[in-house]
Amino acid sequence: MQITERTALELGRMIKKKEISVREAVDASYQRIAALDGELNSYVTLDQEAAYARADQVQAGIEDGSITGPLAGVPAAIKDNICTEGLLTTCSSKILYNFMPTYSAEAVLNMEKAGAVILGKTNMDEFAMGSTTETSAFGPTKNPWNTGHVPGGSSGGSCAAVAAGEVPYALGSDTGGSIRQPGSFCGVVGLKPTYGTVSRYGLIAYGSSLDQIGPIAKDVSDCAAILEIIASHDKKDSTSVARTDCDFTSALVDDVKGLRVGIPSDYLGEGLDDEVCQAVLDTADVLRQKGAIVEEFDLSLVEYAIPAYYVIASAEASSNLSRFDGVKYGYRAAEYEGLHNMYKKSRSEGFGEEVKRRIMLGSFVLSSGYYDAYYLKALRTKALIKQSFDRAFEKYDIILAPASPTTAPELGKSLSDPLKMYLGDIYTISVNLAGLPGISVPCRLDSKGLPIGVQMIGDCFNEKAILRAAYAFEQARGRFLVPEIAKKNNANGCVCQRNADKCRGKETSFAAASAANGTESIQKTAADKEGE
Amino acid sequence: MANIISDETIEYVGILAKLELSDEEKEQAKKDIGRMLDYVDKLNELDTSGVEPMSHVFPVSNVFREDVVTNGDEHEATLKNAPAAKEQSFMVPKTVE
Repeated sequence: MQITERTALELGRMIKKKEISVREAVDASYQRIAALDGELNSYVTLDQEAAYARADQVQAGIEDGSITGPLAGVPAAIKDNICTEGLLTTCSSKILYNFMPTYSAEAVLNMEKAGAVILGKTNMDEFAMGSTTETSAFGPTKNPWNTGHVPGGSSGGSCAAVAAGEVPYALGSDTGGSIRQPGSFCGVVGLKPTYGTVSRYGLIAYGSSLDQIGPIAKDVSDCAAILEIIASHDKKDSTSVARTDCDFTSALVDDVKGLRVGIPSDYLGEGLDDEVCQAVLDTADVLRQKGAIVEEFDLSLVEYAIPAYYVIASAEASSNLSRFDGVKYGYRAAEYEGLHNMYKKSRSEGFGEEVKRRIMLGSFVLSSGYYDAYYLKALRTKALIKQSFDRAFEKYDIILAPASPTTAPELGKSLSDPLKMYLGDIYTISVNLAGLPGISVPCRLDSKGLPIGVQMIGDCFNEKAILRAAYAFEQARGRFLVPEIAKKNNANGCVCQRNADKCRGKETSFAAASAANGTESIQKTAADKEGE
Repeated sequence: MANIISDETIEYVGILAKLELSDEEKEQAKKDIGRMLDYVDKLNELDTSGVEPMSHVFPVSNVFREDVVTNGDEHEATLKNAPAAKEQSFMVPKTVE
């Protein structure tokens, strides 16, 4: 087995036993990136120099006993909406093309304490708004299972990178399914923790009441170990919860006897692909055979989650994104007349289409005259959705569901009809509204050779129930398949020219073009990339 | 029930959103918002009378701390990403004649 096929915990053990060095682990990932990322575009920024220096530092720390823990020395990637000190953080947006954070997110600091070596920042839908990673200002990421398809989104770069062996694990963020849906499209495990479990300090806000940072990895054990590291109570995030039950790896037990599993029958109806439906039912059978009690039930209110979500998320986004005004950081328009015109021009040139669409919708639903009818109505609906989950968790320990109605769509087929794209979030979105933990686990491939993921949802603060069920399912399933593209030998692992462009980000190409019209400069960058 | 968004509304929302849209973008935004609101109107099927709006899923109250400075002087770091800075301040276009 190649190093890049190892899970994060396996690599951590190999490093601890000195079977490989931290540098070798970092090398293996970068060679894979050099070989594949020209095509996949999982990363927007790489910093090899810093990563190798850090590798040596961590190696020394492991040897002198100052850095311990199961993931010490294991390389990691970070979604580009999570701040990393001294490493560009763009949210895959032109408006933050040159933003160099002067501090790191709390989750990143926790990872670094545990000995993580950060390789770079991963591509995403601009400001995490999208379900395909196609709204990125730096071009779409491609699905490692079939590069004609999207990886899902918005954490598409993180999920594609893990699936392709470009990194052992990554952080993503999930506001309406942005970890679980791309996880399912890419055949990796993605976990969205209970709201408040991982500090949002340093996560560039989209929908603050819904956003959570979570792990993306090859298996359930990795996700549990990563969550154990990144979960912490943080005074800098006033919604952070002081939990005393963060020993998530203790839930990795292959035993679901007596576990009560509910499948919402209203999830299995119209719009759900037959193969995905069958995968969910087969997963239920696996759990049943292991002693779980599985039954279908009516969750209710399913069709109201998406409209409520888009009102709430857009409203919060319109407020959160008002900070991007060309004054404190990021892009400023080259020509303007006066202060207000500078704000408007910088924002209009800096934001992409989907981001502007949501800011407009959010500004509308918050405006006087519409606030009660739309915003408060959505918050009342959210309360009802939470109640329906509360009722479900009186009867069940976990809810088993699809992660997405279909497997990964083809590139270029989703953005023309935003509403249709939003409907694809139907099984993930209510979990964010109710603040619940959810995990998506790869189940098998569909007839097109694309991964199908199933989702397990737990009650608030009950990650352990879903981790146990997901772990037991995984034990029955066995190691998941590896995409063909990731099996290729990295014999000519030279770091290609294109990755030189990614070192320290795309500052140069955008800066040179920043005087020109906004759209043009993005196209220019895309053309530059094709030329390389 | 189709929501028709007027030119005035789009102008107003553009002001609130601090976005300058081209005529073409305005037309598209009218269509997009209208279509989205048609969909959001589905929420009116639900009887939510007597339901408190839920802004936070957990019953958390405000988080207070002592009003004591815990960080150091970070003005250099704060200005590091400014598109324009002068004399330890953000530089913006002249607003007062």
